[in-house]
Amino acid sequence: MSALGIAAAVRSGERSAVEVVEEYLDRIETLDAELNAFNLVMADEARRVAAAVDERIAAGDDPGPLAGVPVALKDNMCTRGIATTCSSKILEGWEPPYDATVVERLAAAGAVAVGKTNLDEFAMGSSTENSAFGPTRNPLDTGRVPGGSSGGSAAAVAADLAPISLGSDTGGSIRQPAAFCGVVGMKPTYGAVSRYGLIAFGSSLDQIGPFSTSVADSAAVLEVIGGHDPLDSTSIDAPAFDLRSVLDRGVDGMRIGILRELSGGPGSVDGIAPDVQACTTAAAEALEAAGARVQDVSVPSATLGLSAYYLVAPAEASSNLSRFDGVRYGLRADAPTTGAMMTATRTAGFGPEVKRRIMLGTYALSAGYYDAFYGKALKVRTLMLAEFAAAYEQVDLLLTPTAPTTAFRLGERTADPMTMYVNDVCTIPSNLTGHPGISVPFGVGDDAMPVGIQLLGPALSEPTLYRAAAVLEASAPDPAGKEGR
Amino acid sequence: MSGLHESALPDEWELVVGLEVHVELATQTKLFCGCANEFSTEPNTNVCPTCLGLPGSLPVMNETAVEFAMRLGRALGCEIHPSVMARKNYFYPDMAKDFQTTQYDQPTSRDGELVLADGTVVGIERAHIEEDAGKTTHVGGGGRINDAQYSLVDYNRAGVPLVEIVSRPDIRTVDHAKAYVSELRDILLAIEVSDAKMEEGSMRVDANVSVRPAGSDELRTRCELKNINSIRSLGRAIEYEARRHVDLYESGEAPRQETRHWDEDGGRSTAGRSKEDADDYRYFQEPDLVPLAPSADHIAEIDAALPILPAARRARLAALSSVADDVLVTVVERGQDALALGAIEAGADPDKVLTRIQNDLAVDDWSAVKSETLATVLQMESSGELSATQTKQVLADMAAGLHGGDPKAIAASHGFEAMASDALDALVDQLIADHPDEWTRFTTGDESDRKKMQGFFTGQIMKASKGQADGRAVAELLGRKST
Repeated sequence: MSALGIAAAVRSGERSAVEVVEEYLDRIETLDAELNAFNLVMADEARRVAAAVDERIAAGDDPGPLAGVPVALKDNMCTRGIATTCSSKILEGWEPPYDATVVERLAAAGAVAVGKTNLDEFAMGSSTENSAFGPTRNPLDTGRVPGGSSGGSAAAVAADLAPISLGSDTGGSIRQPAAFCGVVGMKPTYGAVSRYGLIAFGSSLDQIGPFSTSVADSAAVLEVIGGHDPLDSTSIDAPAFDLRSVLDRGVDGMRIGILRELSGGPGSVDGIAPDVQACTTAAAEALEAAGARVQDVSVPSATLGLSAYYLVAPAEASSNLSRFDGVRYGLRADAPTTGAMMTATRTAGFGPEVKRRIMLGTYALSAGYYDAFYGKALKVRTLMLAEFAAAYEQVDLLLTPTAPTTAFRLGERTADPMTMYVNDVCTIPSNLTGHPGISVPFGVGDDAMPVGIQLLGPALSEPTLYRAAAVLEASAPDPAGKEGR
Repeated sequence: MSGLHESALPDEWELVVGLEVHVELATQTKLFCGCANEFSTEPNTNVCPTCLGLPGSLPVMNETAVEFAMRLGRALGCEIHPSVMARKNYFYPDMAKDFQTTQYDQPTSRDGELVLADGTVVGIERAHIEEDAGKTTHVGGGGRINDAQYSLVDYNRAGVPLVEIVSRPDIRTVDHAKAYVSELRDILLAIEVSDAKMEEGSMRVDANVSVRPAGSDELRTRCELKNINSIRSLGRAIEYEARRHVDLYESGEAPRQETRHWDEDGGRSTAGRSKEDADDYRYFQEPDLVPLAPSADHIAEIDAALPILPAARRARLAALSSVADDVLVTVVERGQDALALGAIEAGADPDKVLTRIQNDLAVDDWSAVKSETLATVLQMESSGELSATQTKQVLADMAAGLHGGDPKAIAASHGFEAMASDALDALVDQLIADHPDEWTRFTTGDESDRKKMQGFFTGQIMKASKGQADGRAVAELLGRKST
């Protein structure tokens, strides 16, 4: 059942929130041993919160738009008094003394947090294989990865262990796993959703967004978690989104551009698989059939995104992750001096991918290298902003595949980080520009695994994106991947 | 003035000093969170996720701190620029995030100057906003981080707003270094952005010291002196360090660029961290904060709200009087310049007003003294109604608020009435008669004898008149009678 369906049933008294949560806790209990989508199941907490929702309903109070809807939270979002690990050993034993803003907003809307989901350690990865707690498996084919870094949240929704979940997207970490798992994944405009309480990876790129099985559910969750937050200085001071009311407006007359450099045709980067390219073309045709004016649009600098990203994100990460030094919280390795303790703690606490990125970022920011690396990446960012702004003069939205391929097999790409990194080539540009992007399932690849189509738009174009996403959803050839349940 | 004080450095050497002053801003709350800006409480109680740098926490800029920093920048004649915060990355346990949020290549205030009381101009390179760190106590092993048995960290101070004011290396004497700090303190107090107490650490001064051959304009290797806790200590530290450099050069060696720790008790500086193996701080723009871009209107508002600064207040007094600079400095520092101006306006002699204030109103609370009553008491003195000693006494009682601070009532309460001149004349004649030998020494002795005897007679007259004789009148009478 959709999140909105559950909320309607709970609000009307047709079902109790407790009943719903018990059902989902059962599913998690049964299915998650194999999937490993959850780092932690908040069973007691969820029952308590669900009971409180039922009491509000019994008392005649408005329980909120997501009343009784179970939600899974990526385990890099702070939950008061509940372990928050980033799937890293270094945060061992740490319980945040506060809730992230998104967690508070979901609770205020009546949603019931059921657990914390697995991720690539500190959100660094594209397969959820870089977790200190083992990989998450793709529910549609457990021999395959769910994508990453929000693989746990994507898998949880795909396997219906929760109707909705939250992920974070620094270079595609919501959209790519959504594509791999056949669900809807949204990365909002940078600043549209508060980052307060999200454990930072790349602060200028990170953005929280929802996973769901439907575009309407996605819109409903974004309406709840979005909007200005005074605790996040980069939060946009704009009214909360009104998305659901525009969902059925269609795309008649909308100008949509196929982003040439990222879509597999002539002029595109290499590596876009033919089956994925075929779905992309089909999606464009479906939009055109619905009344959109589709054209080819070139954004040459889009191909530079990957290189710029792998300087900016690690640079920020190298600084953001400094605080994990064993002094105040989490793991502390024993050593004779403070300096040695910090080194030993970080050596023992971080996994190899995190260490690799800390080293990359430290190098990129070093005196003598800053201009050649970090400084140059910032220039690419500026260039991309200008080129995308020019593209959005020609069209309202851009369209690309979400990822170059469908979900790959576990272990297939772990040996060579570069083959893993190129997975994010289509998603990274909108993190560098701060623009929103949504991945909608559209068809399947030759391996019968779902393909995700990505729609991109300028800052705060979410209403337009959701309109087009709803059209894609309605015209998708097959409810991709759903036969896997 | 040349060299240190007089003759402290050999003439062929010149001192070169630049000062870096950290000032705690007196805001209600910390720089990036809502915690109270006070840290004298139980360790680690005045903290929150943000100032503890907990995972997921974010900073929010304190607008008042920016306002204060801009006010300070303008008071130092700086240009206010669009600025950004940056991260200065290094590992230290008192840094909650293992980076300090500060300003790097785009500070708020640039290119100002500070004018010392004697007119010397010291350039200000920049004044930037940054956060303070916590406090570490290393226990055992000589109190150093890598030998300690254990270390304790208190984050109550973490995130307290600071402005760091960096002077150009324009300071050439110890006295100017001290005057710079005291002038800066006066400005901070006048614009009400900090309580500027060096002893309590709300104002911290680091001195970059080097020497060079007199007349040269080179900048030689400098050492940065830390742990200077008073203006006096600043003078001693610079003096010690300059001599150390001179000694090194004169023995064919050279100082190394390093940070040195001033040991006030031992009266010497000791080597600290060498700058050669200094950390690479990997500065980059703080992505969790937005740039600061004050409008021209905002800067104009700040200018309009600035009080008259100490230098201008001294200049106003200087234009009306002929007293020495240090008298003006004292009167303005104590905030007694308005009192002085009022008394001068009421007709009192400007020099007399300022000297009397400097000498006789050096008390914490002088609020009972008003310009009018000050003018009155000085009038009473100059008309001979009160002797100098009596005037001093009356002023003391006025400051204490006795008799409603009314000088006439106070004088009356003491029975003060300057001795009538014929009575004084008679008294002097009587004393001359009583002490013929002393009188002979006064009239015929050498300069030293004359001085001693003048003191003797004045003392006798004061004693006999119970202080009611006017000292100047006595001196005049003695002089007249001796010729």
